[in-house]
Amino acid sequence: MELLIAIVIGALFSAGIYLLLSRTLLRILLGVSLTTHGVLLLLLAMGKLNAGAAPLLHARAAAAYADPLPQALILTAIVIGFGITAFLIVLCYRAYQVLGSDDTELCRGAENE
Amino acid sequence: MLAAIILLPFLYGIALACCGCKLSPRAGLFVLPVPIVLFLYFVWQIPRVAAGAGAAFSCPLLPQLGIDFALGLNGVSLIFALLISGIGALICCYSIGYLKPQENLTAYYCLILFFLGAMLGVVVARNLMVLYLFWEWTSVTSFLLIGFWHDRSRARYGAQKALFLTVCGGFCLFAAFVLLYTVAGSLDIDTLLQRKELILHSPAYIPILILTVLGAFTKSAQIPFHIWLPDAMEAPTPISCFLHSATMVKAGIYLLLIMTPLLGGNALWFAAVSGVGLLSLIWGAYQALKQTDLKAILAYSTVSQLGLIVALIGFGSQASLTAALFHTVNHATFKGSLFLVAGMIDHSCGTRDVRRLGGLAKVMPRTAVLAACGCLAMAGLPPFNGFLSKELFFGSALEAVSGNLAFLGGAAWLIPALAVLGSIFTFAYCLLILFRVFAGPLPAALPQTPHEAPRIMLWPSAILASFTLIIAFFPNLLARYLLTPAISGLLGETVRIHIAFWHGFNLSLLMTLLVFALGFALYKAWPQARKLFFGLPKLCSANAVYDRLIPGNGLIAAAGKVTDLYMTRRLQDYIVFNLLFFLCMTLGSIFCHVHGLRLLPEISPVSPFAYAWAACIIAAAIAVVRSQNRIPAVLSLGAIGYSVSFFFAVFCAPDLALTQLLIETVSLALFFLAFRHLPASFADKPQSRRRKRFNLLIALLTGCCVSLVALIGQSNRMFSGISGYYVENAKALTGGSNIVNVILVDFRGLDTMGEISVIAVAAIGVFVLIGLSPVKPFNRQGGDRQ
Repeated sequence: MELLIAIVIGALFSAGIYLLLSRTLLRILLGVSLTTHGVLLLLLAMGKLNAGAAPLLHARAAAAYADPLPQALILTAIVIGFGITAFLIVLCYRAYQVLGSDDTELCRGAENE
Repeated sequence: MLAAIILLPFLYGIALACCGCKLSPRAGLFVLPVPIVLFLYFVWQIPRVAAGAGAAFSCPLLPQLGIDFALGLNGVSLIFALLISGIGALICCYSIGYLKPQENLTAYYCLILFFLGAMLGVVVARNLMVLYLFWEWTSVTSFLLIGFWHDRSRARYGAQKALFLTVCGGFCLFAAFVLLYTVAGSLDIDTLLQRKELILHSPAYIPILILTVLGAFTKSAQIPFHIWLPDAMEAPTPISCFLHSATMVKAGIYLLLIMTPLLGGNALWFAAVSGVGLLSLIWGAYQALKQTDLKAILAYSTVSQLGLIVALIGFGSQASLTAALFHTVNHATFKGSLFLVAGMIDHSCGTRDVRRLGGLAKVMPRTAVLAACGCLAMAGLPPFNGFLSKELFFGSALEAVSGNLAFLGGAAWLIPALAVLGSIFTFAYCLLILFRVFAGPLPAALPQTPHEAPRIMLWPSAILASFTLIIAFFPNLLARYLLTPAISGLLGETVRIHIAFWHGFNLSLLMTLLVFALGFALYKAWPQARKLFFGLPKLCSANAVYDRLIPGNGLIAAAGKVTDLYMTRRLQDYIVFNLLFFLCMTLGSIFCHVHGLRLLPEISPVSPFAYAWAACIIAAAIAVVRSQNRIPAVLSLGAIGYSVSFFFAVFCAPDLALTQLLIETVSLALFFLAFRHLPASFADKPQSRRRKRFNLLIALLTGCCVSLVALIGQSNRMFSGISGYYVENAKALTGGSNIVNVILVDFRGLDTMGEISVIAVAAIGVFVLIGLSPVKPFNRQGGDRQ
């Protein structure tokens, strides 16, 4: 399972980075989202993958629960990721409205600006 | 007390900058007390330093690296400190009359104060790194002051040149200090002196010597680094007087003096220092003869006089070091007064070109008297102080033939010969300045009607000029209270110094008479000699080398090209740079620690279900990349999101699964909402094949690297986790039983608050961006779109 999840994370990152390196605003946006998903899985994989029960306290030994710390981090990451996605979408919308293009090559600005 | 004295100009300067606008026209009067207070303080210190108990201050700054903020007054620093603060006061006074009230006086006086503080810092620092810090400060303030009239291109050029050369020298000095620290293990000057043997016998001795000397030569405008000084004359005249003649250029002299007991004493030191000094003496004086701009003459003459002092330091005997210090003071008095006179002439006639000036003695008699004092002192005529130091110079040069430079053999006789030659040129240009500007008929066409300068400008010059006479008549006052403590402290032995007008009939008197005779002859025969001088073929010029190497197409253009190489203004390139850095760092550190790491974790069994899940995610990711239409792309993205949420559910993270489910749905809705306003095409804009392949390579590399990190992260547990703490204490400390929630809202509550603020900021950003009034689309073809 560990190997499999590492491969999935790598695939998500590769796809995300490839999209990030393109010239179209929307593709860059989806690239960010894909990479975010990769990060979420990476965080979870950093804890122990297979361990036990959901971290809701019952009369169990401490070791019986899944690691709660990565989960807390991921929860934060999901929400922040959403904030970034929402902001980026609006930024793309605004950039397209103002600049009249969704091509980053055309948004380079003048030399020595 | 001493630290407060050094910091006073800086604090005062900051205060002036803060409330400067209101008192800008009167900033000079506001600033004037500072150098006066400093000067009085240093005068008060004279008897204490003479008794060997000068003020000192020390506090640790970076003790791990041997850097203490150590200050201390000794004989040599006291002489320089008196010069700096005294001439600083005169310059402030003079500037009040020289600069027009509408100029940016706040900046001007702030910079003067900063320079004053930095220069005092250089001479009182007892730790080499502190000295270096102040040293560079003087370079920077000098740069800003040369470029004070920055609307003139020559001023900008001169400022850049001065900064470039002096900072290059500064770096050499820095390297020398670092080497000294590695060799002797200390940066404290007194400690270094105790470990002198260690330095002398280390292999780094020669590099240290060369680098130190380079630093001093660039600062003191010695050949071939003298080229910045004439161009620095674009600064306002008081600045030229203060920085580029009386004090800052003497920082190199100061450095050579304090380094003499440490590094001096071998043939290389004697030959390099005195050789370069003598060459600068002759070359500067020769060039000064050829100039027509009054300030350019004075600039080259400064190069030449500094060369004289450097040569004296290079001779290295007790008498020559005394002469060097003595001439440092004398040069500051007569050259300072001459610069101020040049400023007054420029101020009242509107030109500094000696070809257009003449007969000014009739309309500016007081100025003429001051100029006569300065010129005759510089020429070395009695009864001015220049005569005394010139006598000492010749005496030292003769002494060096059989003394420290005796290893040169017969060639050592070149030294007095060169000294005489340089002095002949000096004598001639001094007379040329004096008689061409002040004697003869008054020219009819001057840009302004010449008149005597206001008193506030005359007095500072008069004070300096009077010192040329006072020092000449009471040289032993100076010798007893300043020179004796300085030289005793420098050489570490008690010395007695006596300076006399009359040394009897000896070789140095003969040399002086020879200089007077030949110098006068050269002055008389100047019209013929001039043709001869200008007819000489031009040898390799340091200026041409500089102009080819540095400005325009040289180093600065090259620097621009390098910057253009990575500042491409292309988002993709910047991302690539960041990724490459990430790859290098991560793979590099993995590679470095590869022996201690397990690369493969213990593999837990995989259910067939998981294979299907993984295949689903990978397929969806590929679909997003390859999709040409935005709807399938976003739907595939959604599929990935839901799969991730499913994964969370399987791996015992119910909260995550729920949140991810919710957020994914909202994101999808948001995407579809925004699509109305975004272009329909999802296809990438055309990129070259090579670029696409390169992007793919970077993406795959990053993916592999992250996979590797994931594997290593799972297989190595380097620290015991902190999760156990949360599990054990959740109930007792917080009363909650959902550990993840408890971590977020209780244990790490502040983090969560920060996170919420991020979301709030994003929300405000979204709100503002949408709410902004719609602008007309920007038309790349120019003109308004209809």
